[in-house]
Amino acid sequence: MRFIDEYRDRKLVLGIAESIRKRSTRDIVLMEVCGGHTMAVHKFGLRELLPETIRLISGPGCPVCVSGTGFIDNVVKLAKMPGNIIATYGDLLRVPGSFSSLEQEKGTGADVRFVYSVLDSLEIARRNPDRTIVFPGIGFETTAPATAAAILHAHKEGLKNFKVLSSHKVMPPVMRALIDEGVKIDGYIAPGHVTAITGTEMYRPIVEKYGLGIVVAGFEPTDILQSIKMLVAQFEDHDPKVEIQYSRVVKPEGNSIARNLMNEIFELGDDRWRGIGMIPDSGLKIRRKYQSFDTEKYFDLPEAEETEPAGCICGEVLKGLKTPTDCTLFSRVCTPVNPVGACMVSNEGTCAAYYRYRQSEGHGR
Amino acid sequence: MCLGIPAKIIFIEGEMATVSIGGVEYPASLQLLPDASLGDYVIIHAGFAIEKIDLQEAEETIRIIQEIEKGFRNNTG
Repeated sequence: MRFIDEYRDRKLVLGIAESIRKRSTRDIVLMEVCGGHTMAVHKFGLRELLPETIRLISGPGCPVCVSGTGFIDNVVKLAKMPGNIIATYGDLLRVPGSFSSLEQEKGTGADVRFVYSVLDSLEIARRNPDRTIVFPGIGFETTAPATAAAILHAHKEGLKNFKVLSSHKVMPPVMRALIDEGVKIDGYIAPGHVTAITGTEMYRPIVEKYGLGIVVAGFEPTDILQSIKMLVAQFEDHDPKVEIQYSRVVKPEGNSIARNLMNEIFELGDDRWRGIGMIPDSGLKIRRKYQSFDTEKYFDLPEAEETEPAGCICGEVLKGLKTPTDCTLFSRVCTPVNPVGACMVSNEGTCAAYYRYRQSEGHGR
Repeated sequence: MCLGIPAKIIFIEGEMATVSIGGVEYPASLQLLPDASLGDYVIIHAGFAIEKIDLQEAEETIRIIQEIEKGFRNNTG
């Protein structure tokens, strides 16, 4: 497929890997923030191609994983209420909360529907005027503009039975919080599609404050390796900066139409991240002007309590402090078919990536 | 979650487009990318086109990567 195959060329992949090997002389820790990058790193066995000097750790860029059990519990409570329809992205269906999941509720009669786009949930709302449609808003800056677009549609149409439970989050605060918590990171492989919306300006204060490099990366193997090469070069030359590797999609200024729409509907608020806790101004809350579409205002939901499944180290994995193989549950009790924690449920969770592609991992770095 | 798939716009009607992803057709909203035109390649995320793919930049990236690979081959003979 165009824009995919050419970036998977084996000869090019091996060529960049060798050039990284030559360039890298000092130990360096790089974090791939985005779950999509984590999957690609494992799928293509990229860690095996890197020299011993480079350590890749996975970050908190899987929205389903970082949303926490309290959020899932609230979605489940809403699913149990008669008259409600939960219209959700598939990613959320199997995530266990502290007492149930959407999939379990669907099995016992709750009306839970999988949607490909938030626009589909608007259509469900139009066709079911006597029901309340709840859309769980998960995702980062890539996904939030779509939810914002749907709320604006509902506002203009007067579609009063459409509600959003927003767990939308933004990336820069967590990228700062990890370093403040003491996670050793020398460079960020930054999320390509988030930055397609936000632009690169938001990363500059992070580079200036913490003195580490940030390269916005595409999702194919040559993209990721080239980004690693750029970060290694910055590190070797003591020249941290923001660079875009994924220039075919990401512009420095981002997508201002999407950003303006997101800002029209949402404002920043404190938000809870699994494993990290409350991070100031890291969540997207629906503005007062649009509060009739806000599930939290409409149903008066209790403050979500966080409970982690016993033995699950998903929180530590999300901070890059531990790897899935450090977990006693991993692959014994916790598998993609029978997941205990969110990092195993989500397709792009670090545990799922380790599990699915572990056969091809040469070593446990 | 932030998965974005390259697609080609093959039909536009108002705010909605039909895009082709590897030969399979999907609906996609152009609300976040109103200046997209027929024949453009775009990134689709959750049913929305979020950004155009810049063909020149796409080729430039491949060219740089090829240079790296060539440089390595020449150096190692």
